[in-house]
Amino acid sequence: MPANGAPTKITQGSQTKGGIGESTLRPDGTLKVTGEFAYSSDMWHEDMLWGQILRSTVAHAEIVSIDTSEALATAGVYAVMTYDDLPAEVKHYGLEIQDTPVLAHGKVRHHGEPVALVAADHPETARRAAAKIKVEYRELPVITDEASATAPGAVLVHENRTDHHAGHVPHPNIVHRQPIIRGNAAEAAERADFVVTGDYYFGMQDQAFLGPESGLAVPEEDGGVHLYIATQWLHSDLRQIAPVLGLPEDKVRMTLAGVGGAFGGREDLSMQIHACLLALRTGKPVKIVYNRFESFFGHVHRHPARLHYEHGATKDGKLTHVKCRIVLDGGAYASASPAVVGNASSLSIGPYEVDDVEIEAIALYSNNPPCGAMRGFGAVQACFAYEAQMDKLADAVGMDRVEFRQLNAMSQGTIMPTGQPVDSPAPVAELLRRVKAMPMPPERQWESSEGPDVRQLPGGLSNTTHGEGVVRGVGYAVGIKNVGFSEGFDDYSTAKVRMEVVGGEPVATVHTAMAEVGQGGVTVHAQIARTELGVAQVTIHPADTQVGSAGSTSASRQTYVTGGAVKNACELVRERVLEIGRRKFGTYHPAWATAELLLEGGKVVTDGGEVLADLVDVLEGEAVEVEEEWRHRPTEPFDLRTGQGNGHVQYSFAAHRAVVEVDTELGLVKVVELACAQDVGKALNPLSVIGQIQGGTTQGLGIAVMEEIIVDPQTAKVRNPSFTDYLLPTILDTPTIPVDVLELADEHAPYGLRGIGEAPTLSSTPAVLAAIRNATGLELPRTPVRPEHLTGKA
Amino acid sequence: MDFLRPASWEEALAAKAEHPTAVPIAGGTDVMVEINFDHRRPEYLLDLNRVGDLYEWEVGEESVRLGASVPYTRIMEDLRAELPGLALASHTVASPQIRNRGGVGGNLGTASPAGDAHPALLAAGAEVEVESAARGSRLIPIDDFYTGVKRNALQPDELIRAVHIKKADGPQQYSKVGTRNAMVIAVCAFGLALHPGTRTVRTGIGSAAPTPVRARAAEEFLNAALEEGGFWDNGKIITPSVAKQFAELCSAACNPIDDVRGTASYRRHAVGVMARRTLTWTWESYRGTRNTSEGAA
Amino acid sequence: MRVNFTVNGRPQEADDVWEGESLLYVLRERLGLPGSKNACEQGECGSCTVRLDGVPVCACLVAAGQAEGREVVTVEGLAEYARQRACGTDACGTKSASLDEAGRRQAQGTDSQTGEGTELSPVQQAFIDAGAVQCGFCTPGLLVAADEMLERNPNPTDADIREALSGNLCRCTGYEKIMDAVRLAAARQSEGV
Repeated sequence: MPANGAPTKITQGSQTKGGIGESTLRPDGTLKVTGEFAYSSDMWHEDMLWGQILRSTVAHAEIVSIDTSEALATAGVYAVMTYDDLPAEVKHYGLEIQDTPVLAHGKVRHHGEPVALVAADHPETARRAAAKIKVEYRELPVITDEASATAPGAVLVHENRTDHHAGHVPHPNIVHRQPIIRGNAAEAAERADFVVTGDYYFGMQDQAFLGPESGLAVPEEDGGVHLYIATQWLHSDLRQIAPVLGLPEDKVRMTLAGVGGAFGGREDLSMQIHACLLALRTGKPVKIVYNRFESFFGHVHRHPARLHYEHGATKDGKLTHVKCRIVLDGGAYASASPAVVGNASSLSIGPYEVDDVEIEAIALYSNNPPCGAMRGFGAVQACFAYEAQMDKLADAVGMDRVEFRQLNAMSQGTIMPTGQPVDSPAPVAELLRRVKAMPMPPERQWESSEGPDVRQLPGGLSNTTHGEGVVRGVGYAVGIKNVGFSEGFDDYSTAKVRMEVVGGEPVATVHTAMAEVGQGGVTVHAQIARTELGVAQVTIHPADTQVGSAGSTSASRQTYVTGGAVKNACELVRERVLEIGRRKFGTYHPAWATAELLLEGGKVVTDGGEVLADLVDVLEGEAVEVEEEWRHRPTEPFDLRTGQGNGHVQYSFAAHRAVVEVDTELGLVKVVELACAQDVGKALNPLSVIGQIQGGTTQGLGIAVMEEIIVDPQTAKVRNPSFTDYLLPTILDTPTIPVDVLELADEHAPYGLRGIGEAPTLSSTPAVLAAIRNATGLELPRTPVRPEHLTGKA
Repeated sequence: MDFLRPASWEEALAAKAEHPTAVPIAGGTDVMVEINFDHRRPEYLLDLNRVGDLYEWEVGEESVRLGASVPYTRIMEDLRAELPGLALASHTVASPQIRNRGGVGGNLGTASPAGDAHPALLAAGAEVEVESAARGSRLIPIDDFYTGVKRNALQPDELIRAVHIKKADGPQQYSKVGTRNAMVIAVCAFGLALHPGTRTVRTGIGSAAPTPVRARAAEEFLNAALEEGGFWDNGKIITPSVAKQFAELCSAACNPIDDVRGTASYRRHAVGVMARRTLTWTWESYRGTRNTSEGAA
Repeated sequence: MRVNFTVNGRPQEADDVWEGESLLYVLRERLGLPGSKNACEQGECGSCTVRLDGVPVCACLVAAGQAEGREVVTVEGLAEYARQRACGTDACGTKSASLDEAGRRQAQGTDSQTGEGTELSPVQQAFIDAGAVQCGFCTPGLLVAADEMLERNPNPTDADIREALSGNLCRCTGYEKIMDAVRLAAARQSEGV
C-alpha cells in the first residue's frame, strides 16, 4: 500500500561524498520518473470504498433540514453521515482557532462547505447518492468585505466567539488586529518633502498544487485508524483529527503518502477527518480523492487584501515615515489568519529603514472562501503594495528607482518596526545591485528570418500580434520574509538518527515526520547525515507519527528547523560513536583522548587527518540511536497595542528584475525575463535552491498577470473553480529565470543557512507589475492585472 | 449510462436514430470534462472513434471535405495551404494533447461561442454535412448553423459527418485573445479571409456574441471600399481610415457579455484591434503574392 | 462493460467498467497503473498524458470504451518504449519490468524503493539529472510529452520545446529545470549516449 512507506536507501557514487553544499540528486527521483512513487491519490486497498462530500451550494444560510434517506437507500452505499452522526464531543477543528465544523451544523458560512458524507463502492455511486441528499437552506445576507463585515447590525459570521483574539478585536467579524506603532509618523511626515499615497488590491490566489487532496483511511483491529495522507504537518493533523474521532492520538496512526505540491494549501485539514469517519463507520478502508473543481473548495486560499499606504521622503531621498492599513479577507473560518496578520503588519514596510511608522493590519471573517496559508503569506500582499509605493516615491523625489531603494535599504543592525534588531546579514542593497547588473535580454527576440515567432510575443500561440503595439518595460522589486514560526510559537522539530553496520558498511538512518512536499528536504537530510557522520549510505525512513513532530513544511522553515534537528541528532550520535570508539580503541592511540575527532569517509579521523579507526570496527555489534527535539531561538509575541516584540527568528531577502513586453493595444503581456538575486545564507543543495527560487518566482508571476479566484460580490460564490478559468502560467508564459545566489552566513542558523522557499514569491509580483507600469505608464493598483485594465476597458 | 460503439457510419446513424438523446463523443474534449465534473449524465454515449471515415479528408477542386473527427493537429500540419485560416485557428486550440484528439465536428456539435474553429469557418465559407438514417444527408451553410448559445441546426437524429470548406483563394488570418500565452479559452477571436476571386472579404467573430457571427456590415463596407479604391487591382496599402472603420464595424458586430474571462467592453475593443491587424496582415500578404505573381508574369 | 486494450505492450482487460469512466480511471484504479496522474481531469494540465496508438493524449478525456482494441503507452512503459525505439524493431528483444509493479501499491512488504538499477529512458534520466523533478506530480505527463516531441524533433529549439510542452502544467519548478532536462535529453540523444 504505501509504496513510499518503505525506507529509501541512498548511495552516493565514489567520486562524491554527497554532503552539504553539493547538488546531490533527489532520492525519490527514480520513483517519480517511472510513475511508481505512490501519491496520496494512488493509494489502494482491497475492498476499499470511495468517500464523497456533499458541499453547500450557497455561501451563507441556515440549514433548515437535511434528508439523507434516499441516499442511504441507494444500492452500493455503505454510509451517509451528517453533523448528527459525529461520534465525539469535539466537532470542530482549526489550526489556531477551532472554529471549523467537521460537517456543517445548522448553518453554512461559505460556498462549498462540507455538509454530508457518503461512502460507496464506486465513486459514481457515491456521487449519485450525494446528489440525492436533500438540504433545505434559508439564505442569510452575505458578508463580503470590510464595509459589510462592520456595518451596524451586520450578521456575525461566528456568534459567541471565545477564542483568544475575541477580546481585543474591534468587531466580532474581525479575526485579529495587529497595530504597530514606532516613533511618531505624524511628526515625521512634517519633515517629508514628498508624500505619496496609494490604495492597492491583491486578488485571491490559489495554491493550485497539482496533486489533489486525497488519502486512504484504513480501520485497524484495535478500533483505531491508519491514515495515508498528503499533508504539510502530520502531527498538526493528528492533534486536530483524534479528538473529533473520539480516539486517543495513539490510535490514529498517520503515514505520509506522496505529496503532489502544497504551497500552504495543505496546512489545514481537508478530507482527513472525513475519510477517517467513514472508515470507522463502515469498518472498511475509505479513499477520498477530490477532483479539481472540489479542490478549489477543499482548501484555503491566499488572502485577498486591500492596502492603503502613505510614504514620505526628504528631497535627498531618505524615507521619513510610512503609514499603512492592510485589510485581509480571511473568509468564513480563521485558518492561519492571525499569523497572516502578524506577518503582514510586521513586514509591511519592507526591507527598508524607517524609524517612524504607523501600521494596522486586520483579517476579516466573511462569507468568502476561507483563506489561510500560501507561500509568503502576509508578506506577499504587503510587498506588492510597498514596492509600488517605492517606485512612486522615487519618481516623486526624482531618483533612480533602484538607487532610491538602495539608499533606504535595511542592513544588519537595522531596527524593525517591531523594535527588533536585524542581527544577521541583510544584503538588500547588494541584491538589488546584483540583479540590476545581470545582462539584459536582447530586444525583439521574436524576430526571425521567417517572420515573427508568435510564441515569443504577447498572446503567444493565439497569434494576436506580429510586433504591433508591443512595448518593453523593466521593473525592480525587493522583499523581506520571516523564516519559521514567529510570535512566541514553540517552533521545534524532532529527528531520530540511527547508526549501525549493515552488510559490512556503516549506515545512517534518518527518521523524521517532515512532510516532503517536493521541496527536497529528504535530499538535504541525507546530505546532513553524510556530512556529520562520514557515511556514504543514508536511509531516509518514511515520515510518520511514530517519531516526534517535525513541525510544518511551511514558513521556509524545514531545512532550518528539521535540518537543524537532523544535524543536532547526528552530532549526538557522533558523540556516542566516539565514546564507543574510545572505549574500544582509546588505548591504542593517544589522539582518541586529545584530538578533535571527526567522522569522514567511513572512518574516525583526527582534525589533522589521521585515521584512528574504521566505523565498521567501532560500530561492530553496536547500534547508536538518538531521538531529540531541536528548536530555534525563542521569539516573543507582538504587543497587542504597539506591535513591539522580538517576534521573528530570521529574515529572508530576494530581489527581482522583470523584463516584460506588453501589447499595449490588446493589454496582453509576455514576461521576457525574470531575474532573481537571493541571499540563502548557505546553499545546502544548490540545485534545489535554484529550483525553489525559480518555482517561487513563477508563482509570483502567476498572481501578477493571470491567477485569481473570482468571487461574486453579491452571492460570495466562486465563479471559476477549474483550471479552465483559474489560469496557471504555462511553460510559454514563463520566462527564463536567471538566478544569482548570495551566501552570507547567519551565525544563528545551522550551517549559516537561511530559509529560502518564500522570499522569491514576494518580489516577483511587484517587479512584473512595475515592468508593466514602465511599459504602459498606467498606475495599475491591483493584481492580477488583466487585459481590460491595460486597455481601459474594465 | 450506455456506451454505444458503432463500427461504421451507417451503424452510427442507426444508433442515433434509435437513441436521439445519445451524446456523440469523438475527441471527448468537451463531453468527458462534463462527465468527469458531474455536469452531465447522458443516457447514451455514442462513440465515433471507430468510424474511420470521420478521420479522413479530401481536397477537391473548390473545397476541402474535412471529416468531422480529423484532429486539429492534422489540420495544422497537413492543410495549411488549403485552409490557412482554419490551420491557424487549430493551432490556438488548447494544448498539443487536445489538438491530437479534438476535431471540428466537436466544435460544431458543442456550438459554444468560444469554439476556436468557428470564426475561421465563417470567414472561409463552409457547409456542414449532416446526416440522419431517416432523411439522408444535407448541407447546412455555416451562416445558418449556429442558432443560439450552444445550439445548432442539427436535428436530434442527425450526426455531423464532415465540413466542406472553401479552399483559400487568398490570404487568411486568425487571432484569438486569451489571458494566457497557450492553452486558453478565447476571450474573443477573429477570423478574416480575403477572397480575391470574388473580390470579397469574409469575417468571423468568436466569443463576442451568443453565437459565432460574421461582421456583415464591416464586410460590406470593406468590399465597397476596396472596390471603389481599385485596391484589388492596384494593390495599394489600405488607407488607415478604411482599416479603422472596418475595425469599428467589427467591434459593432459584437454583442458580448461580461464574464470571468473578460468584460464586454474589452471584447468589443479587442475584436476591433484584431480586425485591423488581421486586415493588415492579409492585405500585405495579398500585395506580396500579387507583386510576386506579376513579377513572374 | 468490459474493455480490452493493450497497455505498455501487454493485453489488458477491465471488467465492470462504468460507461462514464475515463481511460485514466481504468489505468489508475483498475489496472494498477497510477503513474498517469489525476491533477485536473479536464484536459488542462497534461499530467495524465499517455500515448494512444502513438499519439499523446489526455487520458482523462478518453472514455474508457474508446480505448477498446487500442494501444496505450504510459509512463510506466516509457523506458521500455524508448529502448525499443532506440534498438529498432524487436532487435533488442522485449522486457517487461514495468507492469510487474502493478500490484505494488497493495503489497505490504515493499523494499528496494530506491529504483537503483531501474532502466530509464534518456528523458527520464535527464529529468532526474537536471533537477526537473520536485513534487513530481506533473512529471509523468511531461515525460510522455517530451519523449514524443524528441521522437519527432530530435533537435528542438527552446521555442519548440515550450510549444510542445505548453499543455503540461508544473506548479513547482517554474519550468526552467524542465527546459534544462529536455535540452539535456536532446543533447545526449544526438550524441548517441
